[in-house]
Amino acid sequence: MTQPPASLTAVPVRHYGRWITAALAVAATVWLVVTLAASPALEPATVGHYLTQDFILAGVRTTLILTAVAMVLGATGGIVLAVMRLSDNPVLKALAAAFVWLFRGTPLLVQIVFFGFLGALLPRITVRVPLTGTILFDKPTSLVITGTVAAVLALSLNEMAYAAEIVRGGILAVDKGQTEAAHALGMTSAQTLRRIVLPQAMRVIVPPMGNEVITMLKSTALVSVIAGRDLMTAVQGVYAQNYKVIPLLAVAAIWYLALVSVLSIVQILLERRFGRGHHVHTGGAPR
Amino acid sequence: MTAMIHAEQVTKSFGHHEVLRGIDLTVEAGEVCCLLGPSGSGKSTFLRCVNHLETVSSGRLRVDGQLVGYRESHGRLHELRPREIAARRRDIGMVFQRFNLFPHLSAAANIMEAPMRVRGVSKTDARQQALALLDRVGLADRAEAYPATLSGGQQQRVAIARALAMRPKLMLFDEPTSALDPELVGDVLDVMRSLAAEGMTMVVVTHEMGFAREVADTVVFMDGGVVVEAGQPGQVLVAPREERTRGFLAKVL
Repeated sequence: MTQPPASLTAVPVRHYGRWITAALAVAATVWLVVTLAASPALEPATVGHYLTQDFILAGVRTTLILTAVAMVLGATGGIVLAVMRLSDNPVLKALAAAFVWLFRGTPLLVQIVFFGFLGALLPRITVRVPLTGTILFDKPTSLVITGTVAAVLALSLNEMAYAAEIVRGGILAVDKGQTEAAHALGMTSAQTLRRIVLPQAMRVIVPPMGNEVITMLKSTALVSVIAGRDLMTAVQGVYAQNYKVIPLLAVAAIWYLALVSVLSIVQILLERRFGRGHHVHTGGAPR
Repeated sequence: MTAMIHAEQVTKSFGHHEVLRGIDLTVEAGEVCCLLGPSGSGKSTFLRCVNHLETVSSGRLRVDGQLVGYRESHGRLHELRPREIAARRRDIGMVFQRFNLFPHLSAAANIMEAPMRVRGVSKTDARQQALALLDRVGLADRAEAYPATLSGGQQQRVAIARALAMRPKLMLFDEPTSALDPELVGDVLDVMRSLAAEGMTMVVVTHEMGFAREVADTVVFMDGGVVVEAGQPGQVLVAPREERTRGFLAKVL
């Protein structure tokens, strides 16, 4: 009989370097925050005062509505553009590619200002019945395309271009065997896309689209250049009069951060939902 | 009585590469036909032509008397619209080498999808049928399992059940056991054997010589895009007439 070996204590490697860099990083952060917070220009009382003012809340609401509407239109249009680009019709393919090229190739700010000044390009919007003199609709552009409408147009058209690429990537990521299996069962192309391909593509589409929503929420601040009535427009309106620029920017920053945090949580939940059937080994039991 | 599959001089080219170079083949209703041959011989391509997953380049291919991909009227051939192609595929079941189950749907939902969407069967009826079919392939207890939680052999049996749910008159099997671990092959072959015993018309691309010998009514040996030899398994597998068949069998047996 041999004696069982005496138990030994395993000593892990001590990472002294890690501790030092961590301490340095914390020190630098604390110094930066303390220095900035000590600035008299921050005026915490002013920040608190404006944070829940009605016109700020109205701005927050507009920002949320702009984000939601632009994302819904953008994602829907993006799916259409992606299907056009993947279709066998060369004309639809080229049109979709041209659309993406145009709206991805110019800055969003340029597009927003452009739609804001659409009236200069097209003074009146007129809809006629062809070949007859009947006029169905005729109004000055500036009355139809208000600041908010221009903002929605610019944001959603821009988003369509990006969403199209994301959706296209998602559709291409689905194994070709899935389409073949669905076709072999007698499903039409439309049924295959809606029931089989898109639900699987969603798993690939949701994470980047989540990022798009967050980017969109922040991009709505750009519409303040055409008085889009959003959160940024609201704070600008105040600091243009009372010159309390820093406290009001802090108000905007706090709201944007809060909204982005909520959206990030929604994104995590959505990713779980569309990951069904894919998390066997990570313990995310499919329902 | 028309043949279930009737192929006359069927060819298929991918660009300049001719994969099928004039296939003549007849499969009668109720017959089990095994397609054998080395890889690249065109077996799978021919099988995919039968339900129009590939388009025939020339020749005539008829399934149950109807030309695949075309409609004959007033002495002219009209290419089918996508919707008509889909309608014809309903009656042909296909089982793939890589199973191709829908990963976002449970086993039962995989089977229910096509009857509900294509045949308009109610959800209750589709579910009842799905459970019966799962029971039949020995997976009654895995109805709610997602494909990723099933073994390869289980996935392939669900895939067979999914194809059967459309009540096909013809079943195509494209190397159904080639992607399986050896110990899982038996369960899948058992299901196929029982299908054959019930009189299902089946075309099976396979490397399972034992299955071909035991179950097939006809064995077809293909090489280089043509049918080299066809006949009863006892003849083709035991006493092949052609040198190429002999050479192939010597390698795989």
